[in-house]
Amino acid sequence: MTQTELASQTAAALPDDAGRSKGTIHVVHLYPREMSIYGDLGNTRCLTARIRRHGYTPVLHQHHPGAPFPEVAHLLVGGGGQDSGQARVEDDLALVADRLRSLAADGVPMLMICGMYQLFGNAFITVAGQRLPGLGILDVTTQGNAKRMVGPVVLRTDVGEVVGYENHSGSTTLGAGQSPFGTVLSGIGNNGTDGTEGARSGNVIGSYLHGPVLPANPALADSLIGIAAEQATGRPFEPEPQDDAFADEARTRQVRRLVR
Amino acid sequence: MLRTTTAVLAGRAARLATRLRGSGSALPGLVAERVDPRFLARTLAHLPHGIVVVSGTNGKTTTTKMLAALLRAHGLRVFSNPTGSNFTRGVISSMLREVPLSGRLSADVAVLELDEAHALRFAATVRPTHALLLNVARDQLDRFAEIDHTAALLARLAEQVTTGVVLNLDDPFVSRIGAEAGDGVEVRYFGVDASIADRLPELQEQDVRFAEAAPPVAPRATDGLLKPHDERSFEVRFGAEAEGGRVGPLELQQRGLAAMINATAAATTARMLLGDRFDAGCAAQALREVRPPFGRGEVVMVDGEPLELVLVKNPAGFTVALGTYGSTPVATMIAVNDNYADGRDVSWLYDVSFESLRERGVALTSGVRAYDIALRLQYDDVPVGAVEPDLARALARFLEEHPAEPRRVFCTYTAMMSLRRDLAARYDLPGIGEEAS
Repeated sequence: MTQTELASQTAAALPDDAGRSKGTIHVVHLYPREMSIYGDLGNTRCLTARIRRHGYTPVLHQHHPGAPFPEVAHLLVGGGGQDSGQARVEDDLALVADRLRSLAADGVPMLMICGMYQLFGNAFITVAGQRLPGLGILDVTTQGNAKRMVGPVVLRTDVGEVVGYENHSGSTTLGAGQSPFGTVLSGIGNNGTDGTEGARSGNVIGSYLHGPVLPANPALADSLIGIAAEQATGRPFEPEPQDDAFADEARTRQVRRLVR
Repeated sequence: MLRTTTAVLAGRAARLATRLRGSGSALPGLVAERVDPRFLARTLAHLPHGIVVVSGTNGKTTTTKMLAALLRAHGLRVFSNPTGSNFTRGVISSMLREVPLSGRLSADVAVLELDEAHALRFAATVRPTHALLLNVARDQLDRFAEIDHTAALLARLAEQVTTGVVLNLDDPFVSRIGAEAGDGVEVRYFGVDASIADRLPELQEQDVRFAEAAPPVAPRATDGLLKPHDERSFEVRFGAEAEGGRVGPLELQQRGLAAMINATAAATTARMLLGDRFDAGCAAQALREVRPPFGRGEVVMVDGEPLELVLVKNPAGFTVALGTYGSTPVATMIAVNDNYADGRDVSWLYDVSFESLRERGVALTSGVRAYDIALRLQYDDVPVGAVEPDLARALARFLEEHPAEPRRVFCTYTAMMSLRRDLAARYDLPGIGEEAS
């Protein structure tokens, strides 16, 4: 079974939920085929499952290069890819760029990991010095590196400690007014020198953290879902209590191993 | 010569020392390599039937074992690295057991399992005569960074080969390499018969490097194709209509489609190496007798009931393992560590579907990342009985709570080694790193 099929199974909206549902949340996964390596599919899986557990109805749109962009989008996710994957999506990204920028300006929550984080920045400068323009939604610039930055990471963020795994060769610098997603407690982060990891502008988050990042950090998942729910329904988020015992134990054990 | 003799002696001493300490199998090789950097080349030179490197992401150990068995059944003396210690130093370490002090190996052919990066390093010292390239899948991306990079490593390995390469017809990352083999190097393929082509997606990665699909390769009479008859029985056909002959029907001791494909790859390569000496009946019998390498569907009897250890290390492998064993649900434990040899990034668990375990559930999760795999299972609605990160305690509890039924443990590499050590101590099993032949 392909990853794509897995994702559509996971996300199938249950029709009998519709009557009792608190609302429908449209999730768009950008380029699941080209840009979903390192288990980033798990973020989509986590979001759709938690949306359902909170009493809402998820509808998952898989956006592939060349396809029309979904008309309704409340929450966007993107993952890491290989260089070949990035090359495959660049043309489409140019076509949907204005739509993505206006969704970001409207406050639609987005989580862009690794390669898609880089593409959401101003530019990626290759080792050879070639400047590849990005969407400019996040004020960051990434310089290609010969050396990869690889290993487990712990961050301090607005939603508490966040654990994950980084694996990138790009070294990212934040623009003057750009906030990071988190502060590195263990690991390398954006560039290994300024202690920052990722970037956050409004409700758009870019980060290098795989893991995948959402399952083990449910507070982050729920903060994205909460914003999406408010935008989808026009009402405040009405969360349901969740059983996050495994996630909390998995996370705190990593924090204990790496930081304390 | 003196240097080589010294290297052999130093390496053997290190081997004895590590065995006494009960640790890894690469250190003796490291010692010998330090004393004589050309040790490997010197020792392998002049093997009459050449040096065969088996590489790719999944199935190296199983396929190497099958190929060695096929060649031995045809009367060749085979040097191999059977411990799953598939780095260059591991090869030297295994060699130290077999070489006289002159350093000249008394074998007809070497069949070596090497991972992609180490295969290239090896080829820089000793040019292989043949290479069998199995597949490219996501595996320990923290080591190889990218699938495309791994594919490029295999292509460069193929360029180093002097005589012949055998490639996976169905894996575009590998089949494309055929165009890059050097002048005078013969290219053969192994693959699956058209009747089961629909099962390939479960084994393969998406190749998004090119806008166009790889050009199809029409199998010739020297290319081996897997034709299954049922879940266990299959034959290898040479050529689409078996115009080049067939091996089987036969059943392997190891279950599953992946093992059948490995057997097809091994048979195709053996036929290339042996030429007219290749005997289909002899080959079928040799494949029937190959025992699963440890941790690859190995069954251990514990208190009169089978306990199966299944090594899992990447999404394709885990998915195949679940597909292979999912049809007979048994008591299940999953143990995940995140040491270097396991792959330090456990993200890949989210690229495996665990739905086949939903009905029966998973009794216990264990290992350093016990809670991460429990969390992963929760997202597939697979019930988890308990979480016990300590492997020894988890194994004891698993065996105690499931005494009178078949049991299965899916485990990452270092978790498997730890569980085996534990089992060996308690149930008189063959020692770690030694073949249960």
